[in-house]
Amino acid sequence: MAKLKLALYWAASCGGCEIAQLLIGDRILKLAEAADIVFWPVAIDAKYKDVEAMEDNSIDVCLFNGAIRNSEQEHMARMLRAKSKVMIAYGACACRGGIPGLGNLHNRQQIFDTVYRDTASTEKNGNIFPQPSYKAPEGELEIPVFYDTVSTLNQVVDVEYYIPGCPPEEKTTWLALEALIQGKLPPRGTVISHNVKAVCDDCSRKRDIKKIKKIHRTYEFIPEPEICLLEQGLLCVGVATRGGCGALCPQVSMPCTGCYGPVEGVIDQGAHFLSAVASVIDSKDEEEIRTILSDVRDPVGTCYRYSLPDSLVRRASIK
Amino acid sequence: MSILKGKPDDDIKIGVYVCHCGHNIASTVDVEEVARRAKELGEVSVARDYVYMCSSKGQNLIRQDIMQLGINRVVVAACSPRLYEQTFQNVLRESGLNPYLLQVANIREQCAWLHEPGPLATEKANRLVKGAIKRVIHHSPIEEQSVPVFPATLVIGGGIAGIQAALEIANSQQIVYLVEREPSIGGHMAQFDKTFPTLDCSACILTPKMNEVARNPYIRLMTYSEVVEVSGYVGNFNVKVRRKARYIDEDKCVGCGICVEKCPWSTESEFDADLGVRKAVYTPFPQAIPNIPVIDKERCVYFLKGKCRACEKFCEAKAINFQQEDLFIELHVGAIIVATGYDVFDPTPISQYGYGRLPNVFTSLEFERLCSPSGPTGGQLKLADGREPKSLAVIHCVGSRDQNYNAYCSRVCCMHSLKYSHLFKEKTGGEVYQIYIDMRCTGKGYEEFYERVQGEHVRFIRGKLATITADSPDSETGEKLSLSCEDTLLGGLVNIPVDMAVLCVALEPRHDAEQVAQILRLGRSRDGFFMERHPKLDPVATMSEGIFIVGCCQGPKDIPDTVAQASAAAARALAMIVRGKMETGAITAAIDETLCSACKVCNALCPYGAIFFDEVSNVSRVNRILCKGCNVCGAACPSGAISTRNFSESQILAEIEGVLV
Repeated sequence: MAKLKLALYWAASCGGCEIAQLLIGDRILKLAEAADIVFWPVAIDAKYKDVEAMEDNSIDVCLFNGAIRNSEQEHMARMLRAKSKVMIAYGACACRGGIPGLGNLHNRQQIFDTVYRDTASTEKNGNIFPQPSYKAPEGELEIPVFYDTVSTLNQVVDVEYYIPGCPPEEKTTWLALEALIQGKLPPRGTVISHNVKAVCDDCSRKRDIKKIKKIHRTYEFIPEPEICLLEQGLLCVGVATRGGCGALCPQVSMPCTGCYGPVEGVIDQGAHFLSAVASVIDSKDEEEIRTILSDVRDPVGTCYRYSLPDSLVRRASIK
Repeated sequence: MSILKGKPDDDIKIGVYVCHCGHNIASTVDVEEVARRAKELGEVSVARDYVYMCSSKGQNLIRQDIMQLGINRVVVAACSPRLYEQTFQNVLRESGLNPYLLQVANIREQCAWLHEPGPLATEKANRLVKGAIKRVIHHSPIEEQSVPVFPATLVIGGGIAGIQAALEIANSQQIVYLVEREPSIGGHMAQFDKTFPTLDCSACILTPKMNEVARNPYIRLMTYSEVVEVSGYVGNFNVKVRRKARYIDEDKCVGCGICVEKCPWSTESEFDADLGVRKAVYTPFPQAIPNIPVIDKERCVYFLKGKCRACEKFCEAKAINFQQEDLFIELHVGAIIVATGYDVFDPTPISQYGYGRLPNVFTSLEFERLCSPSGPTGGQLKLADGREPKSLAVIHCVGSRDQNYNAYCSRVCCMHSLKYSHLFKEKTGGEVYQIYIDMRCTGKGYEEFYERVQGEHVRFIRGKLATITADSPDSETGEKLSLSCEDTLLGGLVNIPVDMAVLCVALEPRHDAEQVAQILRLGRSRDGFFMERHPKLDPVATMSEGIFIVGCCQGPKDIPDTVAQASAAAARALAMIVRGKMETGAITAAIDETLCSACKVCNALCPYGAIFFDEVSNVSRVNRILCKGCNVCGAACPSGAISTRNFSESQILAEIEGVLV
């Protein structure tokens, strides 16, 4: 059998996905037996022009991590899509927008104002913002255009599979790679993970009727080791998050933040979590409810930490 | 790009039927245009408009298209689905299609009746119809369900409401369990002297019914008993009843009354509104059913001090049993009729009326007992000092129609006030003052009774009573009460000296109504009475299928209304029992067990107790018979594992997209 041709790329991401890919350890040798890596900026010295030169559909599989927030990323996504038979969104950013997706609470100008003007560490020498093109003495220089809105990969190009996580757990990555190596690919559109149910299904904490009278933050107390964190007032998003990670965070008393995305079939993870929390607030008095909910310091960041661009509203409306 | 993933893949053929509703819709919306635009959508095979879609001709259009064109999804654009959805569902059913493959677009109440005629109104109708079309694509057949009904009925409460309901059912030769918490059935009606407006003696018309209850072989009477637990659902309720220990063996007791006669200990009689006395072993009143006494453990000296047992010594039947304990009995019934009645308002908090402080101020219930020949005074009206009163004031609306206590009208007080006037005149010939806000005499023969009493020289003062005070004793007439009151017709303050005053107190929900509501999963309306399913069209049913409410537990009412309601509820219960089965709603929640992660978020939310956790399979489950399809659980489920049939996320989002995009 001919060796697979594999490409790996990064867009709006932190680099954690590359580390996660390397976490498969010496199984990378198995991967090398089955596949040639033709493009991987973090590890292989290949240039854009090398990719441009490839024939359409000449790459078997592209693992694409990161969201799309500028013109270069969009260009690369479209080019790799054309060159690849199978496009896989790797990690929370490519799948749902990820942490960069929270940029959709603002627009380009607001972000630039903060980064290039308002931060304490910025020199106050006037309003200097990045421009897409600049005429230097040496000639015209270009940098990518920064977009107002962060998109998920499948909002830009067609995507065959999704590997969730921030970053994906080693076993999740290997589940996908093994399927690739063995040529046993699931139906198109599958989110590849060991579980289709929520994180609770992986979690060994005891669950009971939920009634929340007070919402806590993690630093405030040491939670009971065996009882569901949500029942203890910690906003554990595990109830609304696909399992498969092994419920690693809640097992060590850290509430799940939702990186594996929504449970199979769910449209809008954050809305589902919000609705669940609203349903278990233990009060019928409006004033008391307001007081209880005022302890949620960052509602969007809590409910939509990795999925704002994938939500029904996608972004904040800014006038 | 659509956010929806996947579509049903069968060959979808939609028929769209746009109704003119005479001119109701057609004068505002261009209905032909709506049909034309619908036809342009890919999935729509046929689109028609017709003057009255709900008429048999209109229905036939749909029927023919289903038969001849193979239409398999139907959109009707007409009035609110609350009106004709069932009609059109039947058309589908009769034509061999599952009735839930229908969607109604409301272009009358939600469009034509709201807007000016013109293209904008038509465009809105177009959008509503498009939403319905996009939605109906995602409809799938829903299986309708029925449950078997166990042929027995529980009636809770043995007042006139419960007695009437029990007799109606038993006379149809169906089993009834009648549970009453007092030692005898009869309720408040047994305490009354005469009944308005005909003035027949309350006991004379009630006692025969009570005897019928005792005689009827289909009635299992349980007095001195309380329902403590109800589980199950319509058709199959499991009921736990606590039979309180009487300390008298019901099977041995012959009702001779020797125990009562010989008991040396007395206490206040609840039946006589604490005005009279009863023994520690007692039957509440002479006509009690069953005629079996109970020993009041709180008052019996043997229980308190370990000595006496006089009753035991004299009982020839050997029926006294001090060792008796409460018994718990399990019943299986198909329907439940709740007839738990009312409490009377305690006027003590209205301190300016002096109740409890001034000896000659009585409540209406106390006055009933004073008038009754079997009451504490043998029917003689007497003041605290033993004189016969020469004047009486009857105060209306005490605790009713009063924002400080109960906002509602208690409905019976105007009429019993008139009755008191008549009785007082009859017994003493003295003066009577009626202090009223409005006279409400709205039943059959009631206004005539009002006129009759007006003719008996009763003085009617329209106004709200301010205070009742005690005047200094007059050497000739003894102590008098002085009433201070505004007369709104004369436009001034009046002071009325009387011997006796009766406060016509409000009818209130039972003090333990909330407990009963929780046991039976009943709702309560703002006034605290049990909530009916629909205030006009379904006043005896409740949101708990198979449980009916009758009489004053649903709201204040008089005896004729109570009896009519009791018969109505009996008919409803019989309809279920005689058929032996009952259809329950098809629109219910379903849990996708492949997605349920056992987080238990939904477990405490269901207002109908329809969700339970299956420890074996480690998933939450819905009892389809209890489920009303409110989708509280579906909204809460963070995994999207719960959806309510015909209200799936894909259906709702498709409809929104259809309307907006």
